[in-house]
Amino acid sequence: MADGTNVPVGGLAAASPKGRKTAMQKFAQRRSTTGFLLCLPLILLVACFVVYPAFYAIYLSMLNKKMTAFVGLGNFQFLLKRHTFQLVIFQSCLFAITAVVLKALLGFTLAHLMHNIPGKNQKIWRGLLLVPWVIPLALSTLTWWWMFDPSYSAFNWVLNQFGFANVPWLGVGWIARFCTIAVNVWYGTPFFMIMYLAALKSVPEQLYEASAIDGANAVQKLFFVTLPMMRNIISITVLFSLITTFADFDIVRILTAGGPQDMTHVFATYAFQVGIQSGDIPLGAADSLFMFPILAFAAFFVLRGVTKRTKEIAA
Amino acid sequence: MAEVSVRKVVKEYEGGVQAVKGIDLDIADHEFVVLVGPSGCGKSTTLRMIAGLEEITSGEIWIGGDVVNDVPPRDRDIAMVFQNYALYPHMSVFDNMAFGLKLRKFPKDEIKRRVDDAARILDIVPLLDRKPRALSGGQRQRVAMGRAIVRNPKVFLFDEPLSNLDAKLRVQMRTEIKKVHQAIPTTTVYVTHDQIEAMTLADRVVVMNGGVIEQVGTPQQLYHNPATRFVAGFIGSPAMNFLPCRVQDGANGGLAVRITDSIIVPIPPARADRYGAYKGKEMVLGIRPEHLFEHHDQGKPGWTRVDLPVDVVEPMGMETMVHFFVDGSPVCARIDPATHAAPGEMLPLTADLNQMHLMLPDTGRVV
Repeated sequence: MADGTNVPVGGLAAASPKGRKTAMQKFAQRRSTTGFLLCLPLILLVACFVVYPAFYAIYLSMLNKKMTAFVGLGNFQFLLKRHTFQLVIFQSCLFAITAVVLKALLGFTLAHLMHNIPGKNQKIWRGLLLVPWVIPLALSTLTWWWMFDPSYSAFNWVLNQFGFANVPWLGVGWIARFCTIAVNVWYGTPFFMIMYLAALKSVPEQLYEASAIDGANAVQKLFFVTLPMMRNIISITVLFSLITTFADFDIVRILTAGGPQDMTHVFATYAFQVGIQSGDIPLGAADSLFMFPILAFAAFFVLRGVTKRTKEIAA
Repeated sequence: MAEVSVRKVVKEYEGGVQAVKGIDLDIADHEFVVLVGPSGCGKSTTLRMIAGLEEITSGEIWIGGDVVNDVPPRDRDIAMVFQNYALYPHMSVFDNMAFGLKLRKFPKDEIKRRVDDAARILDIVPLLDRKPRALSGGQRQRVAMGRAIVRNPKVFLFDEPLSNLDAKLRVQMRTEIKKVHQAIPTTTVYVTHDQIEAMTLADRVVVMNGGVIEQVGTPQQLYHNPATRFVAGFIGSPAMNFLPCRVQDGANGGLAVRITDSIIVPIPPARADRYGAYKGKEMVLGIRPEHLFEHHDQGKPGWTRVDLPVDVVEPMGMETMVHFFVDGSPVCARIDPATHAAPGEMLPLTADLNQMHLMLPDTGRVV
């Protein structure tokens, strides 16, 4: 029977001249072996570009600045005591969590609006709303930087037209933080929208009809039908976005380069500053590794919830 | 008070396609009415308009003495059972059944009492804590019915509830539905494409075709006195045989039906008055397979012998279906399994012409 593990691929033609197969021949003829061999190029790529750099980063993070001596967890201890790094942890969490929450809320709202726009118009709006996501991030962030520029700011020009004073968009800590989050939300919302739109389309219409007959109004349908049915997609999307937002580099680097006074640095930009610009690669590696336990913790709980719910509701 | 009235109701979709073309239907309190017809006949659309899930293009729908055209589904006091059950997959059976009551802010003990009562009627008490995915098709359908029952609504609406079940379970659930209606005689509108379901469940059957109602009547009325060729062909399994024919003079001053040169059968005297006006006209003779059976030497009035060449024999155990071709038209007879029939042989049959129908070939109206 084809159980996926022991079906010969080559059949009789692959048998040895004597008709008895060696262990190696049997191994080579297993379907699982074929599958493994087909996956091998991808496994090698992942190993070269993900596993190796990850382990190398761990190795680097345990060396001294000149990379001549093993210092164990010294770099991590040093970073944790440093005020700037404590700020980086706070800012990374603020940046990622605020941006992801806003992207999720906006994406969900837009997806709902899209879902209720009839046929052809929906495609046009969907295309237009995807534009921020398809423009290369570095380019669009440069445009945003120009719009926030103290001398040529388009936003300040609008404010001036209404009689308001200029706002130093990227020059004051909290405003600069707001700007970096706003650009990330602008860029990332279309992804949430498209994922949620796909999820909305997959909710069976009959559940809404049944709930309408059961007595649910629009808000109750949202909370008792739509959200529970979309929980898995919401969880996966939030997790994915959390990972990419935590690791965001382009927006902060281009808009503020971590300033003013390190008040917008996130893990990636701070790692770049410490590791590349200041030449302390081990410290930069240690900095970037701080993301791992935070994201692993989030991923564990999100994926556990997804698996549990999938088992519960899968028909 | 839970009469349902559908008055001159039209449903037109974008592009001018009319799914329902001005139908009128009155359903009495406690009545079990089945809408039956082929796919696309407008039966489900009609049901969904009664439920409030489809807007009405024109006409009026009354439930319990009120016009409900602009009343949302939740305020119509109806309950509906869907073809795909439409159970909330993230809720337990109990929560599925209690959902409507919770939304209506019933007290917790009242909700529990009602759900327990419904679960007992439907024999699903042990399933109350399970999620829908852990249930079989039949159990899911029971839960869907339970969700409808607990609300104690004015009207039950069923949209092809048994279509997703296998044949055996369908028969079982059909009986369950009938039992539930006997226990809780709520006004019920039931949609199906299965004429056996319609015949076995309904107080009255509504046969729909092409967006209009062809005939409304009790199952017996539809079976014995179809109004149109469509109803005659739709009700009954196997379907009625239709043979082009001509009404002409028969022996002893009576009338006869000429099917072919060699097959001319006398019309029973009791029907002569009805068919006299059609003498000399091309008509269609309709006769059900069960009224075409093995030949008996001692016949009854209205019985006549016809000999036909056997094409296919289908033994069914308790009966045998024999298929013939008469002048290019397929004919089926239902004969005793003990009767010998073999392909290629001539089989003597008795046609019970007391049960015959004559139809106009152009309109299909039964005369």
